[in-house]
Amino acid sequence: MSLLKVRQRLSGQVKRPGTMVHTLSEAFPETVTDAAALGFVLTRLPRTTAPILWVQDRLSRKETGRPYLVGIGMNRPIIMVDLSNATDVLWAMEDGLRCRALGAVIGEIWGAPSSLNFTATKRLALRSEAANVPCWLIRRAASPDLSAARERWRVASLPAAPHPHDAQAPGLPRWSLELFRSRRSKTGQWMATHDQATDRLDLTPSVRDRALEPHDGTAGERATG
Amino acid sequence: MERQGNAPPDDIPIVLAHEGHHGPVIYAANRTARLNGINPGSRVVDIRAVCPELQVEYADPAGDRAALERLALWARRWCPWTVRDKDDGLILDTTGSAHLLGGEAAMLVEMETQLSLLGLSAQLAVAPTWGAAWALARFGPVRSVCGTDEVGGKLGPLPVTGLRLDSETVLLLRRLGLKTIGAVMEVPRLSLTRRFVKAGLASNPLLRLDQALGKLAEPVASVEAKPRFQMQSRLAEPVFDPTPHLPELCEKLCNALKQAGQGCRRLRLTVYRTDGDVSHVDVATSATTRDPNHLHGLFRDKIERINPGFGFDLISLEAGSVEEMQEQQNRLDGGSDDDLHLTRLVDRLSAKFGPRAVTRPVLRESHIPERAEGRIAALAAPAETGAITPHERPLRLFDHPEEIRVLYAVPEGPPAQFIWRRQTHRVTRYSGPERIAPEWWKDRPGTRLRDYFKVEDQTGQRIWLYREGLHEDGRGGDPRWFVHGCFA
Repeated sequence: MSLLKVRQRLSGQVKRPGTMVHTLSEAFPETVTDAAALGFVLTRLPRTTAPILWVQDRLSRKETGRPYLVGIGMNRPIIMVDLSNATDVLWAMEDGLRCRALGAVIGEIWGAPSSLNFTATKRLALRSEAANVPCWLIRRAASPDLSAARERWRVASLPAAPHPHDAQAPGLPRWSLELFRSRRSKTGQWMATHDQATDRLDLTPSVRDRALEPHDGTAGERATG
Repeated sequence: MERQGNAPPDDIPIVLAHEGHHGPVIYAANRTARLNGINPGSRVVDIRAVCPELQVEYADPAGDRAALERLALWARRWCPWTVRDKDDGLILDTTGSAHLLGGEAAMLVEMETQLSLLGLSAQLAVAPTWGAAWALARFGPVRSVCGTDEVGGKLGPLPVTGLRLDSETVLLLRRLGLKTIGAVMEVPRLSLTRRFVKAGLASNPLLRLDQALGKLAEPVASVEAKPRFQMQSRLAEPVFDPTPHLPELCEKLCNALKQAGQGCRRLRLTVYRTDGDVSHVDVATSATTRDPNHLHGLFRDKIERINPGFGFDLISLEAGSVEEMQEQQNRLDGGSDDDLHLTRLVDRLSAKFGPRAVTRPVLRESHIPERAEGRIAALAAPAETGAITPHERPLRLFDHPEEIRVLYAVPEGPPAQFIWRRQTHRVTRYSGPERIAPEWWKDRPGTRLRDYFKVEDQTGQRIWLYREGLHEDGRGGDPRWFVHGCFA
């Protein structure tokens, strides 16, 4: 067997679907206070007990609050880094991606600072792939401009699924997910229902339906997503 | 021996007090106070009635002990064997070193001079044994020197308190009519042995007497001074940037640490400027280390904070918080050492952004949402583990709840509509209320209870609101509404 063939086989083994290489992804929430993007990011992290490095800039913390451990309900340690500007956030994320002991690196950046350019995202993506640590950028109040992120998601909240016992109350959360750029898979739109108790994310492809009636969804009426 | 910054006048009675069972009790007294009949052990309140001009300070025994430990090391200038003796003495084994200072009497004068320059008053004595020196320094003549063969004669007239016995034994000996050490020496040895056969060392006059007379050995176990790990680099002419010298200094320091089997958790870089000023930078690590590359990297962004002035010609690098450190083997299978990398990452982040920026949230035992989460240092182990409540909690929580204006449907229920950040949200569905009462053992009186609602607005966003207080609960006006978090 020639060396080339061996190498081809080995590279074929590495690209098995089971051994996915982690990379840089971006999530754009529809509105700044919407926590759906955060919930979606948390469902996509690998199920290990390795610590998470979570870096926030000052505006993200002031405008959208901090991650609440009781609500997240994870038993893995989170290392929070509170910084003032996007340059520091990118530095800390890049430094964190040198450490293979981390389970994930999550960064939150507000707006479109000049330091977050194509080069910065490319560095993050390369480091993330080299260390095989998933890296997520949550970008609020930003438009999806040029970026080297391998996957870019747009996430928004949808009216929740009906509550099984209480018609008045919102049930399991529903999100609209849009993968608008991806290197590995086909882009597309889905509607997701997330069950935190069982940590299950059900995807249904979005079907075009007519616009909601103006009085639909008020208290007392049954609201379906 | 007491350290005094500016010594108070001798004619004022001054006592040190510590807390007793029934108020402050006198711990130590100066000479004037002792002449006035004030003895340690009596209550400050009683003595104040007798002696109104009494000055009382609080005693700091732990601080005194630490100061005495340092003084024991300082006294190594006279002899290599020094040790702290209980809370109020130093023992120096000057065997073979007295002649270097011109004999024993001259040595005592020299010691007293040097100690008085430090602002300390001292009672000194030279004797062949620890016990004899202890007794002579406290109860003997000033700067007494006692030869090997005259121990018995010199100790004879001293009171039995000089035998380092506990107070009950001293009282017992006094009641038996044995007031001086000489009287105890005259008692037949067999009778003393029979009487104190079961007594320990501190209450056994015979053993103490043997120690004082040199019949029982009592060596001076000298404590070892911790070595200082400091590297210096002297420069031929003043420079402004210490960066090129830093790798070599780190390398040398780490080699010294490695040879001693130690690691450090702090580093201080000091530059001595030509204008006589000193400027320094500190870095700290979260685990003991002696890796030169890692330590050098921690200084990377901090060097700029050094003020070089007109240049400096001496750089010193000193290791602090030195601890023992074992050499650890890396994993044999070639994998990386995960814990090591994580501590290094936290070190780098804390060195660049400050230790307060890098934290770890942990659960705490509390029903109040903002108190259910605490923050500890990034690599510390959580002290207490709170349980996750069965109630639904949001993913994001605001540091400061944001007040909103609401439109009620019913006074006790959720709002029908609210304005948050100048935007109108219409409530389509809600769950709640979940009532959380204030923690009366922590909160101020008058703190209002909170009713939490999870509401969903017309766009599908799920928000955590609360109403602070009830209508006419007697704790302020109308209840106010706040947004406290966002659900996924």
